[in-house]
Amino acid sequence: MRIDGKGRIDRTRPVTFRFDGRSYAGYRGDTLASALIANDVRVVGRSFKYHRPRGILTAGPEEPNALVEVVGPANQTPNTRATVQELFEGLVARSQNRWPSLGFDLLEVNDLAAPFLSAGFYYKTFMWPRRFWEGLYEPLIRRAAGLGRLSGKHDEGLYEKAWAHCDLLVIGAGPAGLMAALVAARAGADVILCDESAEPGGRLLADEGMIDGAPAAEWVARVLAELADLPNVRLMRRTTVTGVYDDSTFGALERVGLHRSPRPNLPRECFWRIVAKRSVLAAGALERGIAFQDNDRPGVMMASALATYLNRYGVVPGKRVALFANNDSVRATARSLMAAGVEVAAILDSRPDAPDEPGIVVHKGAVVQRARGRMGLREISFTKDGRAQRLEVECLGLSGGWNPSVHLTCHLNGRPRWSEDLAAFVPMEGAVPGMLVAGAAGGSFSTHGCLASGAEAARASLEALGRAAGAVELPRAEDAPYVIAPLWAVAGKGRAWLDFANDVTVKDVALAAQEGFRSVEHMKRYTTQGMAPDQGKSSNVAALAVLADATGRGIAETGTTTFRPPYTPVSIAAMGAGGRGAGFAPQRFLTSDQASRDRGAPMVEAGLWYRPSYFPKPGETTWREACDREVRMVRESVGVTDVSTLGKIDIQGPDAARFLDLVYTNTFSTLPVGKVRYGLMLREDGHVLDDGTCARLGDQHWLMTTTTAAAGLVMRHLDFVSQAFCAGWQVRFASVTEGWAQFAIAGPKARALVASALGHAPDLPFMGCAPVTVQGVAGRLFRISFSGEEGYELAVPTRYGEALFRDLTARAETMGGGLYGMEALNVLRIEKGFITHAEIHGRITAFDIGMEKMVSAKKDCIGKAAAARPGMTGPARAQLVGLKPLTDSVITAGAHLFAQGVDLVREQSAGYVTSVGYSPTLHSHLALAFLDNGRARHGETVRLVDRLRGVDVLCTVTDPVFHDPKGEKLRA
Amino acid sequence: MRLTCPLCGPRDRREFYYYGAADYLARPAEGAPPEAWDDYLHLRDNPAGVTQDLWYHEQGCCSWLKVTRNTVTHEILAVESVAGADAAEGRA
Repeated sequence: MRIDGKGRIDRTRPVTFRFDGRSYAGYRGDTLASALIANDVRVVGRSFKYHRPRGILTAGPEEPNALVEVVGPANQTPNTRATVQELFEGLVARSQNRWPSLGFDLLEVNDLAAPFLSAGFYYKTFMWPRRFWEGLYEPLIRRAAGLGRLSGKHDEGLYEKAWAHCDLLVIGAGPAGLMAALVAARAGADVILCDESAEPGGRLLADEGMIDGAPAAEWVARVLAELADLPNVRLMRRTTVTGVYDDSTFGALERVGLHRSPRPNLPRECFWRIVAKRSVLAAGALERGIAFQDNDRPGVMMASALATYLNRYGVVPGKRVALFANNDSVRATARSLMAAGVEVAAILDSRPDAPDEPGIVVHKGAVVQRARGRMGLREISFTKDGRAQRLEVECLGLSGGWNPSVHLTCHLNGRPRWSEDLAAFVPMEGAVPGMLVAGAAGGSFSTHGCLASGAEAARASLEALGRAAGAVELPRAEDAPYVIAPLWAVAGKGRAWLDFANDVTVKDVALAAQEGFRSVEHMKRYTTQGMAPDQGKSSNVAALAVLADATGRGIAETGTTTFRPPYTPVSIAAMGAGGRGAGFAPQRFLTSDQASRDRGAPMVEAGLWYRPSYFPKPGETTWREACDREVRMVRESVGVTDVSTLGKIDIQGPDAARFLDLVYTNTFSTLPVGKVRYGLMLREDGHVLDDGTCARLGDQHWLMTTTTAAAGLVMRHLDFVSQAFCAGWQVRFASVTEGWAQFAIAGPKARALVASALGHAPDLPFMGCAPVTVQGVAGRLFRISFSGEEGYELAVPTRYGEALFRDLTARAETMGGGLYGMEALNVLRIEKGFITHAEIHGRITAFDIGMEKMVSAKKDCIGKAAAARPGMTGPARAQLVGLKPLTDSVITAGAHLFAQGVDLVREQSAGYVTSVGYSPTLHSHLALAFLDNGRARHGETVRLVDRLRGVDVLCTVTDPVFHDPKGEKLRA
Repeated sequence: MRLTCPLCGPRDRREFYYYGAADYLARPAEGAPPEAWDDYLHLRDNPAGVTQDLWYHEQGCCSWLKVTRNTVTHEILAVESVAGADAAEGRA
């Protein structure tokens, strides 16, 4: 019901929205919850387990009941708190966890079965038979017990993430936070003030308090205006600080577009990481309820929420209201309601010595026993002086006291301290380095207390920042003491609810204790109390108080469960903003990328790179046809392929040769200028790190080549070795991978093609290198080969890469050659027995690949000591071999090798296959594999078995070099 | 978590690559007995308290850093360049 003249909504801006298919009206400034209350919608959801009708309980982020699905054009957001969701034109929301409808939910039968569904029910009931769990029980339970649903489609909404840095982060813009921000801002500090609400002010907007003799909202407006004028202040509305991390780093979620109609390019949310030198937590406090029979009936809500709905949104959930409290904080709410024309039937105050309230009936020492009205509160019964009475009301406001929002002070393992005076947990001092707590979050509940502690927290923070706070004049405000007599649950029959979101009752907690789950952490897991999306914000303290009572311990001794980030739910989409699809990882493109795509080459990912798989010709229907043709082309004529993805590291200095001797197993210092050498690198633990060539371009100038896969790894390794072990050595290096485009030219006609491109015959011996001029551009020529044919690699600065690629392609084609892709490159190197990271996969030694002689005995190198240890060499190790199937059969990488006649069990596996390909040169499938004592087994027949892909083939073990074993073609 | 790189200043941990214990800096000399290599390669303390480990400022200056930190409080006590201050200056 809407109350005329109340609230901060904009009555000139009506808004229509839909809830469960019906159209309703509200105003700009409403939340979905306040608009539903205005429209007298009482039941907004069904409970998690028993499907009980539930209404709105709170007016804030702690809401356990009013969770709805918000349906947008591009997404569907489940478990949206209606108390946080702002109303906008065209908003579509649906209630959750009911079928077929909110009013008639078939699964409400669970509520009748409640005696059987107590804590631990699932654990006790669905244990047997064990195999039924995954197939039957779990799906059934999940269907019955649940929250909102996802759309099942990609969320096409935009999300952002951002960083911010400041001197002082103030969390919460209620009286304490506003005061802290004001004091710090006036002193010139760089301040970020975050508030989770659309409108800063906190409870100053929700209660009809006074500051300096005028309505508090006027003071809020003045402070906000001053802060807005200061360039050193950033006010972040709709931004919830969700987590505290090491070194004063905070996570915060901003609702950028969730409160308005979707529009293109407007992000829905932004996840902020805020680095603050100091912080002030002014997050306020959350009101807690009191448990009694059926206290979950729609219409029972927090007393402070009643005040918020009345004063901020101009709505009340009933014409006749009662309040049930154990402290004084409901009194102002009662007066506000009276003044607004709402009938306050009575204040039921559990304290026998409670004060009177002029004009309102106060039942002192009274407790509510039961609420009635399944689809909306009709009546409460209460006892006073042992006598039962009934009261007809539509709404009951509850206040069991206030819990300071200590959450963020606990994220770095801090534990809150129990305060007997406040009957609440308060933050442990110093729990978060650099953070001070002010206002209700620190247990200062009066307005004056909030303002004073906010100012003091700012002053102390400024001092720590080396800044002086100016003179601070505190505005005048009420400073009433907080008087409370703890009351958690009213003794009596029936089910009294603690955790509304997960349907946990007082009896469930008592049962947990009775069954031995006496630790608060065990109780939580056994009952699921506090494990719903609200994380028990309105129920945790009451639940552990009930547990303390059941176990005969004090609350302080019982302690709390662990508070972990996030404070409120954070969508994965926001945390991973930008990381979907192509944003998942950087993409690296060759200079030849477009030219390759122009020729219809499918591109494959190689690390971050995209490389052409093969170059289809008209008439070819499979990749194999193209691949076989490209392999034959290289073997018979000439092929060109882009090898720029290989890592290139430029190394210079008088100690460069000495450095290479340390990182490579073999010796480089003896290599003449103008020559290239193949090198092997080990990790310090003796296993192969990488292989590649290294060219001596000048006396003190080298160019190292790494594999594509290990380029970053090798750079990191070189940095480590040089910085950790080569202090004072004169050697410097830099990655030049992106600086050069490099093309391999291979085949019997390779020399002719290079001659055609350069304008003269290349006069280079095998493993030689030289500077060349390619059509006026300074480049480099290397005579190296990864195919087994006579091969050259021609490098030019990146900006000439595409032009040279197109030029070489055209020249190759006139000679009967052409381009080849990754598939052919792979077959060529398998035919030649050359290894890649499929073979050097991290558990391979130089011995395993037959290169132990490359570990020089004359010098130290990284990994030398470990490589010589027992077990790193010898017949027990699996060694690189070639495999050739006896019949024309497909063989697969990942298959295991077995001796003939043994059982196909893991213990009998004698090796595994690392690379396979079909060789058009040898007209056979070929594989590279590691086989136990393999070098001594050439000629043997082994069984190749891949159970995943149904392959079982006999193969001959061979030398890994299938093609041109003497290397005559290379050196031609 | 933030590390103060001697060259780049305070930076978020996402810029750094974690390697392992600072023990890796004490490489045995050539010919050292197997026990020394075993210790160097495999044996690590797992202290609740102050520890030293190696971080690589991969998305920054590429310095290898020796970080002294407390595994219990997460306090960063010191960040030094493994190449030494002079070498770090030179690389900058």
